Amino acid sequence: MKKILSKAESVLAVLLANPVFAESEKHIDQYKLNMTEGVTDISAKVYDLHMLMFWICVVIGAGVFIAMFISMYFHRKSRGYKPATFHESVKVEIAWTVIPFIILIAMAVPAANLLFDMEDASEPDLTVLVTGSQWKWHYKYMDNDVEFFSKMATQAEQIDGKFAKNENYLLEVDRALVIPTGKKVRFLITSDDVIHAWWVPDFAVKQDANPGFINDAWAKVEQPGVYRGQCAELCGKDHGFMPVVVVAKEPAEYDKWIAEQQAIQQKAKEEEQRLLAMNMTMDEAMALGEKVYNANCAACHMPNGEGLPGVFPALKGSQIALEDQPKHIDVLVNGVTGTAMQAYAKQLSMSDLAAVVTYERNAWGNNTGDLVQAKDINAAINGK
Amino acid sequence: MTTVTDDSHHDDHHEHHIPTGIKRWLYTTNHKDIGTLYLWFAFIMFLTGGAMAMVIRAELFQPGLQIVDPNFFNQMTTVHGLVMVFGAVMPAFTGLANWLVPMMIGAPDMALPRMNNWSFWILPFAFLILLSSLFMEGGGPAFGWTFYAPLSTTYSNDGTALFVFAVHIMGASSIMGAINVIVTIVNMRAPGMTYMKMPLFVWTWLITAFLLIAVMPVLAGAVTMVLTDKFFGTSFFDAAGGGDPVMFQHIFWFFGHPEVYIMILPAFGIISAIVPTFARKRLFGYASMVYATASIALLSFIVWAHHMFTTGMPVGAELFFMFATMLISVPTGVKVFNWVATMWRGSMTFEVPMLFALAFIVLFTIGGLSGLMLAITPVDFQYHDTYFVVAHFHYVLVTGAIFSIMAAVYYWLPKWTGKMFHIGLAKWHFWCSLVSVNVLFFPMHFVGLAGMPRRIPDYALQFADFNKWISIGGFAFGLSQLIFLALLIKACKKQGEPVSGQVWEGAEGLEWEIPSPAPYHSFETPPEVK
Repeated sequence: MKKILSKAESVLAVLLANPVFAESEKHIDQYKLNMTEGVTDISAKVYDLHMLMFWICVVIGAGVFIAMFISMYFHRKSRGYKPATFHESVKVEIAWTVIPFIILIAMAVPAANLLFDMEDASEPDLTVLVTGSQWKWHYKYMDNDVEFFSKMATQAEQIDGKFAKNENYLLEVDRALVIPTGKKVRFLITSDDVIHAWWVPDFAVKQDANPGFINDAWAKVEQPGVYRGQCAELCGKDHGFMPVVVVAKEPAEYDKWIAEQQAIQQKAKEEEQRLLAMNMTMDEAMALGEKVYNANCAACHMPNGEGLPGVFPALKGSQIALEDQPKHIDVLVNGVTGTAMQAYAKQLSMSDLAAVVTYERNAWGNNTGDLVQAKDINAAINGK
Repeated sequence: MTTVTDDSHHDDHHEHHIPTGIKRWLYTTNHKDIGTLYLWFAFIMFLTGGAMAMVIRAELFQPGLQIVDPNFFNQMTTVHGLVMVFGAVMPAFTGLANWLVPMMIGAPDMALPRMNNWSFWILPFAFLILLSSLFMEGGGPAFGWTFYAPLSTTYSNDGTALFVFAVHIMGASSIMGAINVIVTIVNMRAPGMTYMKMPLFVWTWLITAFLLIAVMPVLAGAVTMVLTDKFFGTSFFDAAGGGDPVMFQHIFWFFGHPEVYIMILPAFGIISAIVPTFARKRLFGYASMVYATASIALLSFIVWAHHMFTTGMPVGAELFFMFATMLISVPTGVKVFNWVATMWRGSMTFEVPMLFALAFIVLFTIGGLSGLMLAITPVDFQYHDTYFVVAHFHYVLVTGAIFSIMAAVYYWLPKWTGKMFHIGLAKWHFWCSLVSVNVLFFPMHFVGLAGMPRRIPDYALQFADFNKWISIGGFAFGLSQLIFLALLIKACKKQGEPVSGQVWEGAEGLEWEIPSPAPYHSFETPPEVK
């Protein structure tokens, strides 16, 4: 846990140390009243339309309330006001049906035009596949061989109030999505389990991630910076802990970054092959396993391995974790269909999987003494 | 409008047949007793759902997790919504319909008294089932009151079955209540009371009852599909089996949007009764009020997908639902304008029912205008699923529906008990509620626009200060309702000054022509309506 967090912190520290990003980080505005104008052409137009609607509503509301308060002040019995007897007027009633109708048409035209712009995700310069799952985002660059998960980086101790909360509490991730500025980026949005919604207020982009279907949205960001959002559709227990962070970089920097990532991911694959031949000691496996467990498993199965009765099963004392090792590996590698248990074969490296199985079989009093190695996982995945 | 027989002999005659104690309430087929049961049930549910809201606001008082875990928090938001919608607002309106519809149309009772008894008495069991799920392994429903699949199917706990059965029972109860209202209004109006002479409360309830019969079966279909998807291997909402999770939302909101009007149309009827009384002037534009109510009801069937703009609909569908939704503001506007025109050059006084009615008009209009903003698809992408939406629907449901129910209770309570309620307590209740409800819900607009999603147990630091104020407003609003409880207990003990049959100086309508308290069978012989 600590290692992952220190990694996340160092990533953030690097980002913040960069003057461009540091400047774009606003101070916390506790009394922010209004929608953001955002950083794209579309988000600015959305803001303008919002303000137009707001002022029209204010004028209509004020008119109604002023008439009402005049009447409440002047036409009251205590002032001796005698009631009039009129109770209908066709002219007036037609007027206040037709005039609002005309106002509505005046609102509908700019709204429709803006909607056409927002929904036109054609001819992008770059496409990213965004996949939600409980409770993390996965980003895959369709034009490069780069993909990764993005998880909240805020420590549990901050949420529990043991540590002080830092500036971007709940809005920070271990790995942010990076996009180039000045390019039309198309987001293809989908989900692996329940419905999530990918929302970045500064781009005025909010699209549901529906399992089995793909939605699209787009943004063309002009300014480099760090833009933060959250999952906007109730997606289960940790819905509130599923932030979205997008970093926009100048195209040159972006190209450098994506090349680096490609190299790193390539290297990681080679490294994984090398690790297959190596054996971890029990202590190494337990240390790595605890880290992997806390980052990936603890949200449901709880840090103490006891799960949530009736919702997420306990691992502590469970038959699978104590006895059936092949089944244990199978559950982790392939997930369990029809439940919230995801398939981790594509999410974690084989050594991570081996370590976490070892950890689960030896933590919280599950003292089986079993030590699982990467090659065991490889055998389960590839049948070797 | 005229005359009624007030024959105390008849009255006594019937009293002899009423069983006493618990049996009186279990076996009753009297519209007033059943109305009272519905209203007390709704109030108990209002306090229960309110207690859950207090848990939510306590957790959100400051950033971080202090009181409940996220899973229980989700159960609280879910059950709070279900209890308030199906347990508080809808039964309260049914209770008012039971008490008032026969008295307003000059009938002795509801048309189907035994079904009336049944439709009430299955309701406590529905909520017993729903609330008991909170105490079982895995806890209660945690997928939001909208129970979007697949969160409510593949990813829910086994308690979902209890939720499904509870909703089925609630639906059956609502449908029976609605049938009763329709049959009563169509068949039992006093001679001379044509449709266009009916009080607006009767009109709005008649239209509401048709909406209920149209959409409650759709809800029943939705929960049944959830049940079979979860337990019996169907794939209505699972793409892997050829289904579609978005189809769930279409079905749910095809019920859900008319449901919104089910919870507000009777409120329009109540306000249309109270404002003329205390303005001492006839309701402006009676006919246009009726037509506006009917148009709102019809339009409510073609706007459902405005709850779903971010699901990835085609642009054409988004445009259609945006335009249709904007259209609803026209008849709704007509209603507000008519109420203001009723007050205009009236002779107004400000008794407690009028205070609640005036607060309703102002605050419901605010909720209506934010609804118009939400209808605009491009900006809805920013508003959707944030606290701006939470603010909007609490303005129309709490300061709309609930304030109208309180206004109705204060307006007709003296008629029901024969005694004036404690005016001092009532004014305290009104002013404390009015101030606290705005401290509670108004800042939600700000945090929503600033980017706070709804249904989260913890939030980023920039939302901290407003959330503290929202929570303080919430606690104050919750406590204010205890004043109402004290007042109601006093009223039920028949404490207070005796009132005349007329009760309010400017009141008009058949219910004011019978004595207070109203006789057990309001009209033994039908009155003649001129």
